[in-house]
Amino acid sequence: MAKKISFTLNGKAVNFEVDVRESLLDVLRYRLGYTGVKKGCGVGECGACTVLVDGMTVDSCIYLAVWADGREIRTIEGIAQDGELSVVQQAFVEEGAVQCGFCTPGLVLTTTALLESGREYTREELKRELSGHFCRCTGYKNILKAAEKSLEAGKRQCEE
Amino acid sequence: MPYSVVGKSVKRVDAVAKVTGKAKYTDDFFERDMLVGKILRSPYAHAIIKSIDVSKARALPGVEAVLTHLTVPKVKFPTAGHPYSLDPSHRDKADRLILTDKARFVGDSVAAVVAVDELVAEKALKLIEIEYEVLEALTTPEAAMREGAPLIHEDCEQNILASRGYSFGDLEAAFSESDFVFEGEYETSPVQHCHLENQVSYAYLDGEGRLVIVTSTQIPHIVRRIVGQALDIPWGGVRVIKPYVGGGFGNKQDVTIEPLNAAMTLAVGGRPVKLELSREEAMIDTRTRHAFKFRIKTGLTKDGKINGIYIAAVSNTGAYASHGHSIASSGGGKFRYLYPAQAMKYEPVTVYTNLPVAGAMRGYGTPQIFFAYESHLDEIAHKLDMDPIELRQKNFVQVGHVDLLSKNRILSCGIRECVAKGKELIRWDEKRELYKNQSGDKRRGVGMACFSYASGTHPVSIEVAGARIVMNQDGSVQLQVGATEIGQGSDTVFAQMVAEVLGLPVEMVHVISTQDTDITPFDTGSYASRQTYITGMAVKKAAEEVKAKLLDFVWGMTDIPAETLDLRERNIVFKHNGEVVMPLEQAAMQTYYDTVFGRPLTSDTSNNARVNAIPFGVTFAEVEVDIKTGKIEVLEIYNVHDSGRIVNPQLAQGQVHGGVSMGIGYALSEQLLFDEKTGKTLNNNLLDYKLPTIMDTPDIGVGFVETEDPTGAFGVKALGEPPVISPAPALRNAVFAATGVALNRLPMNPQRVFEKFKQAGLI
Repeated sequence: MAKKISFTLNGKAVNFEVDVRESLLDVLRYRLGYTGVKKGCGVGECGACTVLVDGMTVDSCIYLAVWADGREIRTIEGIAQDGELSVVQQAFVEEGAVQCGFCTPGLVLTTTALLESGREYTREELKRELSGHFCRCTGYKNILKAAEKSLEAGKRQCEE
Repeated sequence: MPYSVVGKSVKRVDAVAKVTGKAKYTDDFFERDMLVGKILRSPYAHAIIKSIDVSKARALPGVEAVLTHLTVPKVKFPTAGHPYSLDPSHRDKADRLILTDKARFVGDSVAAVVAVDELVAEKALKLIEIEYEVLEALTTPEAAMREGAPLIHEDCEQNILASRGYSFGDLEAAFSESDFVFEGEYETSPVQHCHLENQVSYAYLDGEGRLVIVTSTQIPHIVRRIVGQALDIPWGGVRVIKPYVGGGFGNKQDVTIEPLNAAMTLAVGGRPVKLELSREEAMIDTRTRHAFKFRIKTGLTKDGKINGIYIAAVSNTGAYASHGHSIASSGGGKFRYLYPAQAMKYEPVTVYTNLPVAGAMRGYGTPQIFFAYESHLDEIAHKLDMDPIELRQKNFVQVGHVDLLSKNRILSCGIRECVAKGKELIRWDEKRELYKNQSGDKRRGVGMACFSYASGTHPVSIEVAGARIVMNQDGSVQLQVGATEIGQGSDTVFAQMVAEVLGLPVEMVHVISTQDTDITPFDTGSYASRQTYITGMAVKKAAEEVKAKLLDFVWGMTDIPAETLDLRERNIVFKHNGEVVMPLEQAAMQTYYDTVFGRPLTSDTSNNARVNAIPFGVTFAEVEVDIKTGKIEVLEIYNVHDSGRIVNPQLAQGQVHGGVSMGIGYALSEQLLFDEKTGKTLNNNLLDYKLPTIMDTPDIGVGFVETEDPTGAFGVKALGEPPVISPAPALRNAVFAATGVALNRLPMNPQRVFEKFKQAGLI
């Protein structure tokens, strides 16, 4: 069964007909070409497909596309503005938090959501927040450093 | 010699593409009207296919083709990502068919469907009717080697794939001259690579009728050859393209889905077909790490000098050979460098079982053998009442040692310095003293373990690497290599090497990250920790060739002899004082447009490296053991490596972090579980398979002892795989120190630890 839905995708309005059984991941990747959304397991275990739905992190592989109706979706493609890397992206580059890069978009989005929450996190809290993402390359060390750097940079921006 | 770019933490050349989502992996490309391929898998671990009826599946609307062993070429082929050998006796075992006529593990590919979409393909799979004759499932090496056991492959008696080992010196004499002979038994479990990107490929016939396969692989040129072998078509008729790869760790050093994907497109007249494994499929039908059992004997003098070593090993390779016995051979070979004894005998046997196929995985047999031997050494140290470090120090290899069998010569060795550094980082002496005689429910201990490895595979296999450089009008260059970037950072390191030689900023070296076997220079691929060392030689050679041509060209322009010139900071300069002769751009422009001498500068080089540099290293770990629950917490862990000169410290540290994390998973939590009766995998998903999360991973400390190996470009040695080798035995030895209980089987998960503690009377 098909259903027409409307949502905002990286700031732009999208009207689209989806199969009610389709995941948001499949619609974003295969029908709209947002291939920065990665598929690592398809069942909500690995976090590679994370997108932001109304600012909240969501595993798009287990989130039905129809649920996106009326919501604001952000993918990795919408994070850099006018060709400028965001604070989070910059931190991931600088701290060497990127290796194969397959888990990177999801982690950048989760870190972005943490930064935008305006909250402060202890290291342990931060680890818990990031624990929905598997990474097999980095041992998480530089990812944690990048996340901490992002939040500090974000804090500085707020104070300025 | 001071370098300007080599040795610096230059940012990854692909980092921006990866943080913006622009980096394209195999599944990010689309062909119009791409069909979907799906595989039907055997529910039985061991069964002969009596008949297959595909008529109902074929009749389903939307199904374009159904493939079985009757419709695909019946040519047995090998799958291991090794270079081809002109010597037939040195080739990998050819035991695989594109689709099998006999199921050898639960999940074996018995039929396949090509359909317009995934749903139709899934439905069609359910309509295929197969009659099986079920045979006994042999799920352990003991069962498989038993007299009268059914044969998994008809040509291998007792289901033994191979048992070639080595022996040198007089072991009997070495043992009889020893003051002590110690024995021990050790066991490791199968684990999975769990790269984030599953195996995926798509294939089609191009306008000229050539087969094109785009795939997530570490070894594009080997995929080309093996697809050619499997389909019995000329190798040159196959073109393999490798985009960005989401991790491999050895699993993509094997040809898994590509031959079937090729057969699928051929079955539908060359229309594009995508074949993507789900996580659940990838965890049973790609490769695993071989589980090993070891029996070890070591003879020593009373002051701790090792006289002789005997190691018997049983390696479980699963249903097909894949890398097979090479894993056992390689582990035994790389082990030899660390503690050269006067006599040694290694007796490995690699056995087929009806379990998922084991193949290459980071470390390639060494995590297993070093777990066993480094555990064994700590037990010996304990019995001799000697510090485990002291025992090892008495036996470490010396520079100048020539391995009797490989003839590889140790030209650099920093193992003693690595140990000294690690000892200091963890505060060894202080903590060994502090943690003596504990009796509470939580006990702490420190442990360590060492390793030796290799840089590439010489002299076992060829080490040919290719590099091509083209200089542009502005003096920037394109670099193409046959070795693949799979996350390890090789593209960045190669860019640094070129920048160093040509006096360029790294941003002016454009690395073409995609490999395309039609275009890319030949290189056997990314494995054996060979990229920086082996491909690095080719890259340096290509850059030096471009430099020589350029300086020669400038000689023609200026009458200044080439040997007096050099390249620095985008200028042609006098070598002796750095005075600028002309900007690089001016000379580069001239090479393109000089009406008489114009000839753009390129280099297309291949290098056959007939050398091997031996890297070393050590893990130091501190644990806290919860006696009542069997839970082990890693408090501190340090890996210190001698990998020669470090080209990019930040990337190198990243490699170590990832390897140590994988080693911690191997030590404490990861294990593929099988039903012993049916052979079915019980935890082929990321929920039940206990991969470390960020919560499970401690802060990982890294140190380097930078020796300079004369054989490597810029003095480098291997680093990619080594970090995963020694964490497991170091953690095991830390637990041994904390509790006195020898945990000789991996993983040391709470259940197993609890059981051992109970046996030992701690609970």
